[in-house]
Amino acid sequence: MSTIEVNGKMLDLDPDGNLLNTSDWNEDVALAFAKSEEIEELNDRHWVVINYMRKQYEEKGDAPSIRKLTKESGVDTKELYAIFPKGPAKKAAKISGLPKPKGCI
Amino acid sequence: MAEPIEKISLIVSKGTLDGVYPGLIMGNGARMEGIATSLFFTFFGLDAIVDKRMDKITVPTIGNTAMRLPGGFKMPTWLGAIPGMSAFASVMMKKEIEAIDIPPVREFIEMISDSGAEIYACKAAMDMFHLTKEDLCPQVSEILTIGEFYEKSAGAQIIFT
Repeated sequence: MSTIEVNGKMLDLDPDGNLLNTSDWNEDVALAFAKSEEIEELNDRHWVVINYMRKQYEEKGDAPSIRKLTKESGVDTKELYAIFPKGPAKKAAKISGLPKPKGCI
Repeated sequence: MAEPIEKISLIVSKGTLDGVYPGLIMGNGARMEGIATSLFFTFFGLDAIVDKRMDKITVPTIGNTAMRLPGGFKMPTWLGAIPGMSAFASVMMKKEIEAIDIPPVREFIEMISDSGAEIYACKAAMDMFHLTKEDLCPQVSEILTIGEFYEKSAGAQIIFT
Protein backbone atom coordinates (compact mmCIF):
# COMPACT_ATOMS: atom_id res chain seq x y z
CA MET A 1 0.00 0.00 0.00
CA SER A 2 1.37 3.44 -0.85
CA THR A 3 1.50 6.21 1.69
CA ILE A 4 1.94 9.98 1.94
CA GLU A 5 4.13 11.54 4.59
CA VAL A 6 2.70 14.55 6.40
CA ASN A 7 4.46 16.06 9.43
CA GLY A 8 6.40 12.85 9.95
CA LYS A 9 3.29 10.67 9.88
CA MET A 10 2.75 8.07 7.17
CA LEU A 11 -0.86 8.06 5.95
CA ASP A 12 -2.29 5.17 3.92
CA LEU A 13 -3.56 5.77 0.39
CA ASP A 14 -6.16 3.89 -1.65
CA PRO A 15 -5.31 2.42 -5.11
CA ASP A 16 -6.16 5.78 -6.77
CA GLY A 17 -3.65 7.55 -4.56
CA ASN A 18 -6.36 9.25 -2.49
CA LEU A 19 -6.46 9.19 1.29
CA LEU A 20 -7.67 5.79 2.55
CA ASN A 21 -9.16 7.12 5.81
CA THR A 22 -10.89 10.46 5.35
CA SER A 23 -10.46 11.03 9.09
CA ASP A 24 -6.67 11.31 8.59
CA TRP A 25 -7.27 14.58 6.76
CA ASN A 26 -6.25 18.01 8.00
CA GLU A 27 -5.05 21.23 6.39
CA ASP A 28 -1.45 20.06 6.22
CA VAL A 29 -2.58 16.90 4.42
CA ALA A 30 -4.45 19.08 1.93
CA LEU A 31 -1.31 21.08 1.31
CA ALA A 32 0.80 17.94 0.84
CA PHE A 33 -1.68 16.58 -1.74
CA ALA A 34 -1.85 19.97 -3.48
CA LYS A 35 1.95 19.98 -3.85
CA SER A 36 1.85 16.46 -5.30
CA GLU A 37 -0.68 17.77 -7.86
CA GLU A 38 1.56 20.72 -8.73
CA ILE A 39 -0.60 23.28 -6.96
CA GLU A 40 1.93 25.22 -4.90
CA GLU A 41 -0.42 27.16 -2.66
CA LEU A 42 -4.01 26.83 -1.52
CA ASN A 43 -5.76 30.19 -1.54
CA ASP A 44 -9.22 31.26 -0.30
CA ARG A 45 -10.90 30.04 -3.47
CA HIS A 46 -9.34 26.59 -3.20
CA TRP A 47 -10.61 26.41 0.36
CA VAL A 48 -14.14 27.35 -0.71
CA VAL A 49 -14.09 24.30 -2.99
CA ILE A 50 -12.40 22.01 -0.47
CA ASN A 51 -14.79 22.91 2.35
CA TYR A 52 -17.80 22.52 0.08
CA MET A 53 -16.61 19.12 -1.12
CA ARG A 54 -15.98 17.82 2.38
CA LYS A 55 -19.39 19.02 3.53
CA GLN A 56 -21.10 17.35 0.56
CA TYR A 57 -19.19 14.14 1.16
CA GLU A 58 -20.20 14.09 4.80
CA GLU A 59 -23.85 14.59 3.88
CA LYS A 60 -24.15 12.48 0.72
CA GLY A 61 -21.30 9.97 0.87
CA ASP A 62 -19.89 11.01 -2.51
CA ALA A 63 -18.12 14.05 -3.90
CA PRO A 64 -20.46 16.44 -5.79
CA SER A 65 -20.60 16.65 -9.59
CA ILE A 66 -18.84 19.60 -11.22
CA ARG A 67 -22.25 21.02 -12.08
CA LYS A 68 -23.42 20.93 -8.47
CA LEU A 69 -20.07 22.16 -7.25
CA THR A 70 -20.05 25.22 -9.51
CA LYS A 71 -23.71 26.02 -8.84
CA GLU A 72 -23.52 25.80 -5.08
CA SER A 73 -19.98 26.69 -4.05
CA GLY A 74 -19.86 30.08 -5.81
CA VAL A 75 -16.73 29.08 -7.77
CA ASP A 76 -17.76 28.92 -11.44
CA THR A 77 -16.58 26.44 -14.08
CA LYS A 78 -13.89 28.72 -15.56
CA GLU A 79 -12.40 29.51 -12.18
CA LEU A 80 -12.58 25.89 -11.07
CA TYR A 81 -10.54 24.76 -14.08
CA ALA A 82 -8.13 27.63 -13.51
CA ILE A 83 -7.41 26.90 -9.85
CA PHE A 84 -7.40 23.09 -10.23
CA PRO A 85 -5.81 22.72 -13.65
CA LYS A 86 -6.06 19.38 -15.49
CA GLY A 87 -8.97 17.60 -13.88
CA PRO A 88 -10.69 19.75 -11.24
CA ALA A 89 -13.11 17.22 -9.75
CA LYS A 90 -10.52 14.51 -9.24
CA LYS A 91 -7.85 16.86 -7.94
CA ALA A 92 -10.17 18.72 -5.60
CA ALA A 93 -11.41 15.40 -4.18
CA LYS A 94 -7.85 14.19 -3.61
CA ILE A 95 -6.78 17.42 -1.89
CA SER A 96 -9.95 17.33 0.20
CA GLY A 97 -8.98 13.89 1.46
CA LEU A 98 -11.90 12.16 -0.30
CA PRO A 99 -12.01 9.16 -2.64
CA LYS A 100 -12.17 9.71 -6.41
CA PRO A 101 -15.69 10.94 -7.36
CA LYS A 102 -17.96 8.23 -8.76
CA GLY A 103 -20.11 10.41 -11.06
CA CYS A 104 -19.60 11.00 -14.80
CA ILE A 105 -20.48 14.69 -14.83
CA MET B 1 1.59 1.11 -19.15
CA ALA B 2 -0.15 2.52 -22.24
CA GLU B 3 0.18 6.24 -22.92
CA PRO B 4 -2.69 8.29 -21.47
CA ILE B 5 -5.01 10.08 -23.91
CA GLU B 6 -4.00 13.75 -24.15
CA LYS B 7 -6.25 15.18 -26.84
CA ILE B 8 -9.58 14.25 -28.41
CA SER B 9 -11.81 15.60 -31.15
CA LEU B 10 -15.44 14.59 -30.91
CA ILE B 11 -17.72 14.77 -33.93
CA VAL B 12 -21.42 15.17 -33.17
CA SER B 13 -23.43 14.37 -36.28
CA LYS B 14 -26.92 13.63 -34.99
CA GLY B 15 -29.56 16.05 -33.77
CA THR B 16 -31.61 13.79 -31.51
CA LEU B 17 -31.37 13.72 -27.73
CA ASP B 18 -29.61 10.36 -27.82
CA GLY B 19 -27.44 11.60 -30.69
CA VAL B 20 -26.26 14.76 -28.94
CA TYR B 21 -25.74 13.76 -25.32
CA PRO B 22 -23.05 11.08 -25.71
CA GLY B 23 -20.73 13.60 -27.37
CA LEU B 24 -21.44 16.24 -24.73
CA ILE B 25 -20.91 13.82 -21.84
CA MET B 26 -17.70 12.45 -23.35
CA GLY B 27 -16.44 15.96 -24.08
CA ASN B 28 -17.14 17.23 -20.58
CA GLY B 29 -15.70 14.04 -19.08
CA ALA B 30 -12.54 14.48 -21.12
CA ARG B 31 -12.04 18.01 -19.79
CA MET B 32 -12.59 16.73 -16.27
CA GLU B 33 -9.66 14.37 -16.86
CA GLY B 34 -7.52 17.23 -18.14
CA ILE B 35 -7.69 16.06 -21.78
CA ALA B 36 -7.55 18.78 -24.46
CA THR B 37 -10.96 18.60 -26.12
CA SER B 38 -12.77 19.89 -29.16
CA LEU B 39 -16.29 19.21 -30.35
CA PHE B 40 -17.14 19.48 -34.03
CA PHE B 41 -20.85 19.70 -34.84
CA THR B 42 -21.95 18.62 -38.29
CA PHE B 43 -25.13 17.67 -40.16
CA PHE B 44 -28.13 17.48 -37.83
CA GLY B 45 -25.75 17.61 -34.87
CA LEU B 46 -25.61 21.35 -35.59
CA ASP B 47 -28.99 21.68 -33.89
CA ALA B 48 -27.19 21.37 -30.54
CA ILE B 49 -25.37 24.66 -31.18
CA VAL B 50 -28.05 26.53 -33.17
CA ASP B 51 -29.35 29.09 -30.72
CA LYS B 52 -33.03 28.70 -31.64
CA ARG B 53 -32.94 24.90 -31.74
CA MET B 54 -30.70 23.80 -28.89
CA ASP B 55 -33.47 23.93 -26.29
CA LYS B 56 -35.74 21.81 -28.46
CA ILE B 57 -33.73 18.63 -28.96
CA THR B 58 -36.01 15.58 -28.81
CA VAL B 59 -35.84 11.80 -28.82
CA PRO B 60 -37.39 9.99 -31.82
CA THR B 61 -40.01 7.37 -31.01
CA ILE B 62 -40.29 6.13 -34.60
CA GLY B 63 -37.83 3.53 -35.77
CA ASN B 64 -36.37 3.07 -32.31
CA THR B 65 -36.93 -0.58 -31.39
CA ALA B 66 -35.08 -0.20 -28.10
CA MET B 67 -37.63 2.34 -26.80
CA ARG B 68 -39.22 1.35 -23.51
CA LEU B 69 -42.24 2.60 -21.63
CA PRO B 70 -42.04 3.75 -18.02
CA GLY B 71 -41.84 0.49 -16.06
CA GLY B 72 -39.42 -1.06 -18.51
CA PHE B 73 -41.80 -2.70 -21.02
CA LYS B 74 -40.82 -2.53 -24.66
CA MET B 75 -42.86 0.08 -26.48
CA PRO B 76 -44.72 -1.35 -29.52
CA THR B 77 -43.16 0.48 -32.47
CA TRP B 78 -46.55 1.55 -33.90
CA LEU B 79 -47.22 3.47 -30.68
CA GLY B 80 -44.31 5.74 -31.52
CA ALA B 81 -46.20 7.06 -34.53
CA ILE B 82 -49.01 8.56 -32.46
CA PRO B 83 -48.83 12.38 -32.59
CA GLY B 84 -47.21 13.75 -29.46
CA MET B 85 -45.37 10.55 -28.55
CA SER B 86 -41.94 11.95 -29.35
CA ALA B 87 -42.66 15.09 -27.31
CA PHE B 88 -43.92 12.98 -24.42
CA ALA B 89 -40.92 10.65 -24.51
CA SER B 90 -38.60 13.67 -24.67
CA VAL B 91 -40.12 15.24 -21.57
CA MET B 92 -39.75 11.94 -19.71
CA MET B 93 -36.18 11.47 -20.82
CA LYS B 94 -35.17 15.04 -19.98
CA LYS B 95 -36.52 14.47 -16.48
CA GLU B 96 -34.33 11.40 -16.09
CA ILE B 97 -31.32 13.28 -17.44
CA GLU B 98 -31.88 16.12 -14.97
CA ALA B 99 -32.32 13.62 -12.14
CA ILE B 100 -28.77 12.33 -12.58
CA ASP B 101 -27.48 15.91 -12.65
CA ILE B 102 -26.75 16.12 -16.38
CA PRO B 103 -27.57 19.66 -17.56
CA PRO B 104 -29.88 20.64 -20.43
CA VAL B 105 -28.10 21.08 -23.80
CA ARG B 106 -27.62 24.87 -23.57
CA GLU B 107 -26.21 24.77 -20.06
CA PHE B 108 -24.05 21.78 -20.98
CA ILE B 109 -22.55 23.60 -23.98
CA GLU B 110 -21.79 26.62 -21.73
CA MET B 111 -20.21 24.34 -19.13
CA ILE B 112 -18.06 22.54 -21.71
CA SER B 113 -16.98 25.83 -23.26
CA ASP B 114 -16.12 27.27 -19.83
CA SER B 115 -14.05 24.17 -19.11
CA GLY B 116 -11.75 25.21 -21.95
CA ALA B 117 -12.99 22.93 -24.73
CA GLU B 118 -13.28 24.33 -28.28
CA ILE B 119 -16.64 24.18 -30.02
CA TYR B 120 -16.68 24.16 -33.82
CA ALA B 121 -19.35 24.10 -36.51
CA CYS B 122 -18.94 22.30 -39.84
CA LYS B 123 -18.80 24.66 -42.84
CA ALA B 124 -20.34 22.24 -45.32
CA ALA B 125 -23.29 21.46 -43.05
CA MET B 126 -23.79 25.18 -42.29
CA ASP B 127 -23.94 25.93 -46.02
CA MET B 128 -26.25 23.02 -46.68
CA PHE B 129 -28.73 24.14 -44.02
CA HIS B 130 -28.35 27.86 -44.96
CA LEU B 131 -27.06 28.76 -41.52
CA THR B 132 -24.70 31.62 -40.63
CA LYS B 133 -22.55 32.42 -37.58
CA GLU B 134 -25.43 34.57 -36.24
CA ASP B 135 -27.61 31.46 -35.94
CA LEU B 136 -25.15 29.78 -33.61
CA CYS B 137 -24.84 30.06 -29.84
CA PRO B 138 -22.02 32.37 -28.64
CA GLN B 139 -19.87 29.47 -27.39
CA VAL B 140 -19.00 28.37 -30.94
CA SER B 141 -15.43 29.51 -31.53
CA GLU B 142 -15.17 28.90 -35.28
CA ILE B 143 -16.78 27.48 -38.40
CA LEU B 144 -14.31 25.02 -39.90
CA THR B 145 -13.86 23.29 -43.22
CA ILE B 146 -13.10 19.61 -42.91
CA GLY B 147 -9.46 20.32 -43.74
CA GLU B 148 -9.21 22.83 -40.91
CA PHE B 149 -10.86 20.33 -38.60
CA TYR B 150 -8.13 17.78 -39.36
CA GLU B 151 -5.42 20.43 -38.91
CA LYS B 152 -6.79 21.35 -35.48
CA SER B 153 -7.10 17.68 -34.59
CA ALA B 154 -3.36 17.05 -35.03
CA GLY B 155 -2.28 14.56 -32.39
CA ALA B 156 -5.86 13.95 -31.23
CA GLN B 157 -7.99 10.84 -31.18
CA ILE B 158 -11.04 11.49 -33.35
CA ILE B 159 -14.34 10.07 -32.14
CA PHE B 160 -17.45 10.10 -34.35
CA THR B 161 -20.83 10.09 -32.64
